Amino acid sequence: MQSLRKSSILFTAFVTLGFLSCSDDDNDPDPVNEEEVITTMTVTLVPQGGGNTVTLTSRDLDGDGPDAPVLTVSENFVANTTYTGSVVLLNETETPAELVNEEIEGEADEHQFFFVVGSGLNVTTTYGDDESDYVSAETGQNFTSTNPVGIDFTLETAAASTGTFTVTLRHEPKKPNDGTLADAGGETDIAQTFTVTIQ
Amino acid sequence: MRTTVMVLFLSFLTAPLWGQNCNSILLGEVVDFHDNTPLEGATILLVGKEKTVFTGFNGKFRFENLCDGILELEVFHPECKSQFITVDIKGDTYKKISLEHHLEELDEVKVIGDITADKTNSALEKSLKLNTIEQYSSKTLGDALREIPGVSSLNTGANIVKPTIHGLNGSRVVILNDGVRMQDMEWGEEHAPNIDINGSGSISVVKGAAALEYGGDAIGGVILVESPNVTEKDTLYGKTILNGVSNGRGGSVSSELIKTYENGWFLNGQGSYKLLGDREAPDYVLSNTGVSEIGAKLGFGKRLFNTGWDVKYSYYNAELGILRASHIGNVDDLIRSINNNEPEIIEPFTYSIDSPRQEVTHHIGSFNFYKRFQGVGKWTLQYDFQNNRRFEYDVRIGDDRDKPAIDLELVTHTVTTDFKWDSNATYTIKVGAMGRYQDNFANPDTGVRRLIPDYEKYDLGSFVIADYRLNDKLLLDAGFRYDFNRIDAKKFYRTSRWEERGYNIEFQEFIIGNLGTQLLTNPVFNYHNFSSTVGFQYKENNFSTLRFNYALSQRAPNPSELFSDGLHHSAARIELGDLRINSETSHKISLSKSRDFDTWGFTVEPYANFISDFILLEPTDVEFTIRGAFPVWSYRQTNARLFGVDASAYVNINTYWKTDHSFSLVKGNDTEEDIPLINIPAANFRNKLTFSKPAWNNFELSLESDYVFRQNEFPENITVFSPEQQQEVLLEINTPPNAYHLISIYSKIEIPITKKNRLTAGLTVNNALNTNYREYLNRQRLFADDLGRNIILQLKFNY
Repeated sequence: MQSLRKSSILFTAFVTLGFLSCSDDDNDPDPVNEEEVITTMTVTLVPQGGGNTVTLTSRDLDGDGPDAPVLTVSENFVANTTYTGSVVLLNETETPAELVNEEIEGEADEHQFFFVVGSGLNVTTTYGDDESDYVSAETGQNFTSTNPVGIDFTLETAAASTGTFTVTLRHEPKKPNDGTLADAGGETDIAQTFTVTIQ
Repeated sequence: MRTTVMVLFLSFLTAPLWGQNCNSILLGEVVDFHDNTPLEGATILLVGKEKTVFTGFNGKFRFENLCDGILELEVFHPECKSQFITVDIKGDTYKKISLEHHLEELDEVKVIGDITADKTNSALEKSLKLNTIEQYSSKTLGDALREIPGVSSLNTGANIVKPTIHGLNGSRVVILNDGVRMQDMEWGEEHAPNIDINGSGSISVVKGAAALEYGGDAIGGVILVESPNVTEKDTLYGKTILNGVSNGRGGSVSSELIKTYENGWFLNGQGSYKLLGDREAPDYVLSNTGVSEIGAKLGFGKRLFNTGWDVKYSYYNAELGILRASHIGNVDDLIRSINNNEPEIIEPFTYSIDSPRQEVTHHIGSFNFYKRFQGVGKWTLQYDFQNNRRFEYDVRIGDDRDKPAIDLELVTHTVTTDFKWDSNATYTIKVGAMGRYQDNFANPDTGVRRLIPDYEKYDLGSFVIADYRLNDKLLLDAGFRYDFNRIDAKKFYRTSRWEERGYNIEFQEFIIGNLGTQLLTNPVFNYHNFSSTVGFQYKENNFSTLRFNYALSQRAPNPSELFSDGLHHSAARIELGDLRINSETSHKISLSKSRDFDTWGFTVEPYANFISDFILLEPTDVEFTIRGAFPVWSYRQTNARLFGVDASAYVNINTYWKTDHSFSLVKGNDTEEDIPLINIPAANFRNKLTFSKPAWNNFELSLESDYVFRQNEFPENITVFSPEQQQEVLLEINTPPNAYHLISIYSKIEIPITKKNRLTAGLTVNNALNTNYREYLNRQRLFADDLGRNIILQLKFNY
C-alpha cells in the first residue's frame, strides 16, 4: 500500500504541475490586422496632352470575405489618345491604409503586372518601367535586371469601341516571359476585369 | 517491513527458549491469483531441506515433521512464474499461496512485439508485425498502415499521410500513442499524425468503434501504437536501423536501447532522425517536397505483476515541405494547374525546405500506474500531457516572408482511470472514466486571420465494457459509453461573413465585441454523446472464427468543422465551417469470417455503416475577391451510407513459397442528395509472392503487385466563372485519376555477427517500373504525379 501512496503523491504532483503550466488566461484574443491583404487597386490613366483622367478602381474591404469587390470606372476613354498609367495598391484594413506598392517594388523581380485587352477593345499597352527602376528590399540596391514590372505603363487607344480590360498581378512568375499569363505562370495576387468604353 | 523484521527477530529470540519442536505440520494451498481457483500440479520445494511435494487436484499440499521457525519455500507451476515464500512455522501452520497463473494471457509479460493481445473480441483487429514496422522505418505511420486491408490514406504529397479506415479519416480515426490519444491531426486534411513510426513495438487497427474504452467517437476506427513490452529479467538489448533512400536522396537512422532488471525496473530510450530532399516523380523533381524529422522517446518505471508505474516522454519534430507548385493564387491558377500535365514549378533537386511548409513539434508526457487486487482485478490510472505547436508557412511577400501564416499551440491534459474485473473465468468487466482539458492558442502575430480560433475544450467520458464466455466457442461482448464535450471558443468574424452565414439572426448572443468590420464572438457549445457496442465471437475450432459487431457511435464536431473561415492557399479555396453543425451518429455493422485450411486460409469482412448528420467538406460555390475567383468549400451535414468489404487470403504453396492476397472495396453515398461521397478510396487489389528459406540466413524475397482501380463514383465537378477566360468553365477538382498498377520488390537476409548480435540487410524497391500515376486520395494529384521509383537499402543491427 505504501507504493500506492507514493505513486498517488507523484501523480498529484504531476497533475498539479500540468494544470499550473497552462496559465488560465481568460483574456480575449487580439484581433489580427491582416498585413498582406490588398483591398484596393486604383489604376490611374492620365491622358498625355491634357484631358480627363480615367481611374479604374477595385475595392474589396472584406478581403476573402463573402462580399465581392466593387469595381468602378470613372469615365470613358478618348479615342486615339495615349494615357500614362500607374497602379496603386492599398491595404485599407489598416489605418492609415498601407501602401502595398512598396512591397511589390522591393520585390520587383518577383512580381509583374499583366494587362489583357478583351477582343473588340481597341487598346494597346506598353510597360513603362523595369526592375532596375526599383530598389531591392533584400540588398538595398537598385535591381540590375531589366524585366518589365508594370507599376507604370502606357495605354494607347484607337477607334471607339467597348470591351474588357483585365489587370493581373502575378507573384513569382517566370521571368522573362513572352508577356502572356499562360507563359508567365506563378501565383495570382490580383485579377480584376473592368468593362471600359472608348468614345 | 518493520513487522517482518520484528517477527524474524522474535522467532530467533524465542526459538532457543521453547526448544526444538519438530513435529509441526505445514498445510498449504496454491491458488490462482486472479480467481482463487486451486492450482493442481504445483511443486513446492523446501529450500535447504531438499524436500518436495506436489499439490493435488484441490491445490492443497502438506509437509510434516517440520521444526518451528522461518522456512523458505519455492513454489513452481508450469504455467506460472516461480515464487519464493517465507513461512513462519509455529506449530501446525496453514499457508495460502497465490500464483500468477496463465502468464501467456497477460500483456504485461509479453516479450515479443508481434504478439499483441486483442483489444476487442467481436470486431476484427489487425496488427502490423514488428518486422513490417521496421521495414517502413524510413516512411510514415500512414504508409505502414496501408498494409492492412481496409486502411488507405489521405495524402498531401508524400510527407503528410493521414490514415483512412473503411473510407473515414480525420476526427473519425482515433490514434492512441502508448495509451495517449493524439490531439491535433483531426483538423483539416493536411494534418498528419505526429508520430514517428520508429519506437513502436506494435501497431494495430481496430475497425469500427468497438474499442469504446478509447473513445466513443471513433466512427472509422482506432489505431493503437504501442511501445515494445519489457520483461522482468536482467538484460540490456536494443537495435539500430539505418536506411538509405534513393527517392529523396537521403535516409534515416533509428536506435533504441532497453535495460530491464529482474526486480521489474526498466529504462528505455529511442531516437531517430530522417532527412530527405526533394522527391521525384518518374519525369520530374517534385520541388520542395523534402522532409526532416526527429523523434525520441524516453521511459522508465517499475513493472511487476501486482503493481507498477512508468513515466514516459516522447518528442516529435518535423519540417515538411509542401509541393511548391501546389501553392496557387486563384481559380484560374487552379484551372491552369489542372490542365497542365506537369507542375508549374520544377527546380533542380535540393535538400532545402522552403515555403510552403509545415513545422510541427509534439511533446507527450505520461504517467501510468496500475495495481492488481488479488481475486478481483486490476486498477489503472493515467495522466498525460501533450503540447503541439504547429507553424504553417505560406509563400508570402515583403516583411512577412519568414512569418508563419498559421501558428497554433495546442495543450492537452488528460486523466484516465479504469478498473477491470478479470478474476472470473467466464466474464470480465471494465469500467473507466476520462477527463480532459484542452487549450488552443492561435497566435495573432502571423498577420493572417486565424483559420482555427482560440478555444478551450472540456471532455468527460465514462464507459463500461464487458465480455462473457458462454461456452468454449461463443464469446459475447458489449459496452456503453457516455461523453460530454464542451467547447468554449473566442473567434473574430468579419461582419460581412457573420451576416452572410445568417449568424446575426441565430447567434447574436455570442457577440462580445464589435470592432466595426470585425466581431469578437464567444461561441460555447455542449455536446452529449452516447455510444455502445455489442457483438459476439464464435470460434468453431482453432481454424475457424466468426465475428459479428454492431457499434453505435457519436462524434461531436471538431473546431475546424465549426469555425473554419478563410482562404486556404495551397488548395486555392475558401473553407467555411458552420456553427450549426451538431454531432454525427454512426451505426456500423461488421461481420468477419476467418478460416484456415491445411495450405491456405482466408478472412472476409463485409460491413455497413449508416451515418446520420455526417459532416463533410465539399465544393459548393464560388466567391470573388480582388485576387479573382475562389471555389468555396463548405462543411455540411447529410446522411451517409458506406458499404464495403475487405478480403484477404494466403496460400502456402510449399515450405518456401507463399502468396498473400487482399482486396478492399468501399462505396460511400450521400443518401439525402443521392450522390457519391467525396474522398472515398478506390478499390484496390494487392498480391504478393514470397520466397523464404530460413536455411540461407533467413533469406526472404517477395514481389508485390498493387492494383488501384479508378474511383468511378465521385461528386460532380463545379462550374466557375473564370475572369481570365471571361466565361463559365468546368473546374475538374473532383474527377479522379486513372487506375494504376505498382510493382514492389523486397528482400532481406540475416547475418549473425556474434552469438547474440545479428545484422539484417534488406532491400526494397517501390514502384519498380517507375510508373507515372496519380492517386485520388492525394490532394496534390491536381498538380503533379506521385512518386517514381524508390530504392531503400536497410541495415538493422540487433544487440
